[in-house]
Amino acid sequence: MSVPAPTPLLEIDGLTVLLPVEGEQRAVLREVSLEVSAGEALGLVGESGSGKSMTARAVDRLLPRGAQVSGQVRFAGGDVGALAGAGLREYRNKVAMIFQDPRAHVNPVRRIGDFMTEALRTNLGVPAPEARRRAADMLVQVGIADGERRLRQYPHELSGGMLQRVMIAAALLTEPQLLLADEPTTALDVTTQAEVMAILDDLRREFGLAMIFITHDLELAAAICDRTAVMYAGQIVEIRESALMHDDPLHPYSAALAAARPDIASTAHRLAAIPGRPLSAFEAPAQECAFAPRCPYAADPCRAAVPELVSLDGGLSRCVLASELRGALRPGLAERSESGG
Amino acid sequence: MLEKPRLDDPVLEVNGLRKEFGDLVAVDDVSFAVPQAGSLAIVGESGSGKTTIARMVVGLERPTAGAISACGRDRSAAARSARERRRRGREVQIVFQDPYTSLDPRQTAQATIDEVLRLHHGWPAGRRRDRIAELAGLVGLDERQSRALPRALSGGQRQRVAIARALAAEPRVLILDESVAALDVSIQAQVLNLLADIRDSTGVSYVLISHDLAVVRQLADQVIVLHHGVVVERGGTADVLDSPQHDYTKRLRASVPRPGWKPRRGGLLGAGEES
Repeated sequence: MSVPAPTPLLEIDGLTVLLPVEGEQRAVLREVSLEVSAGEALGLVGESGSGKSMTARAVDRLLPRGAQVSGQVRFAGGDVGALAGAGLREYRNKVAMIFQDPRAHVNPVRRIGDFMTEALRTNLGVPAPEARRRAADMLVQVGIADGERRLRQYPHELSGGMLQRVMIAAALLTEPQLLLADEPTTALDVTTQAEVMAILDDLRREFGLAMIFITHDLELAAAICDRTAVMYAGQIVEIRESALMHDDPLHPYSAALAAARPDIASTAHRLAAIPGRPLSAFEAPAQECAFAPRCPYAADPCRAAVPELVSLDGGLSRCVLASELRGALRPGLAERSESGG
Repeated sequence: MLEKPRLDDPVLEVNGLRKEFGDLVAVDDVSFAVPQAGSLAIVGESGSGKTTIARMVVGLERPTAGAISACGRDRSAAARSARERRRRGREVQIVFQDPYTSLDPRQTAQATIDEVLRLHHGWPAGRRRDRIAELAGLVGLDERQSRALPRALSGGQRQRVAIARALAAEPRVLILDESVAALDVSIQAQVLNLLADIRDSTGVSYVLISHDLAVVRQLADQVIVLHHGVVVERGGTADVLDSPQHDYTKRLRASVPRPGWKPRRGGLLGAGEES
């Protein structure tokens, strides 16, 4: 399937999602727009309730029952919302998803081989022996040498890190073009996380896959993503080249998020904590910047209307003061008190 | 029978601690000491034995061998009376990782704290009320939050309730078992600052159980690194993190994402190996 050069692989355009909670429709995403090119890795970073996982679920058409969706998701130019039946299954082979907790997403009484080869056998008509051979080969790709033996095992016989490797291998078997990775390393030990991150990065490049990598950790996203998008209260507040996001953030929330994290290389007298708590999308005020109540730079214009995403220095920022604050949000310039070393 | 503890005596001391579960040695010959107002981090990954150590120190597990003493009194054997158990509770308290399951869903924050005050101090209602307000203020819970049930509170607020409940016993040592791991980054910073403030104002000592080296750097003076139940490295936090000596500590340090970090692949995992 060839993609016309100027069309991005994935386009999300004005995506708003409401979910029924306690008898009312509550917003979980508000006007989310972003594009991912073929082969590009985009980090999607935010705290709980920011909408990062919901964005991925909306892309993969995995929203809970009763979700009310407006806006559009297009994949290779086609409207994802219009897909059904065989078309939707075919789409999900091209857009694979891996989750934070692999154990919650595998059937514990089915063997690894059965689970891994299911999509190949049922959706793509690959004969079972061939499907098993491909599965064993893919396990080698994710660093598991004795694939044949693993295929005969059950999920409980594998460690969390090993099972996440299996999930990645399973996701890659249908030769997807886009991988949606929802906090795939959050539940893993730090040394295992490093290994799984390296595998993802490696195979993504080898297979020319695009990826949306969802995490709460800016540094983790920056390690393997070309661009990073930061979400707050159901909106994207900044999109920027990952390296620049760290060195020269455009939105006060991105800067505050980076500054609040303790640093392994130094001890701060006190951390630059953000006052208050992160808002969920449905709690966000309709007529002002959702971050304004916690923002040290908030001024009258911030409370006059919901800011638009504006282009600045090669990135996008949803802050009315973005050009005034240009350069002032760099790490070290913010009010972070350092001591020790 | 015991000498009066001196001011510079460690407030918590663990010697040759060992725990076996069947054939598995979960904790093997672990020793450490925590001075008053000091903080020691026990660092390790899942299965390293760090939580088992915490559970032995608070009395939720019995050591197979070794000695634990707090405020100069031995606590490695089971408490023989309710009075003895209460006294141990006033020496060491623990805050768990998950504020969603460690609080009673039917108890408000106030009632949660009040229960501890009644049990440990037996104060009259008026004095308890004042102390509840004081503790709520210390951990930053407002009037409405103090009267709320856990389900009406956010994760960070619940963890504040759990910290206030632990402090209500006026412990000399607070064990923080991954207490900030489940919190959002912006809330985690608030709670870490709160813990630093509390240490400054009360002189409580911390034992920080954590897999997060940046959190350890922020809160702990001393660190021990645990691997398969064995202490592989110990020292001042800055020294251990800036120039790790043991291969395992080096690998841990190198796995932490930071600006410019690139994850690297190891070799193939063969039969029986785990990642």
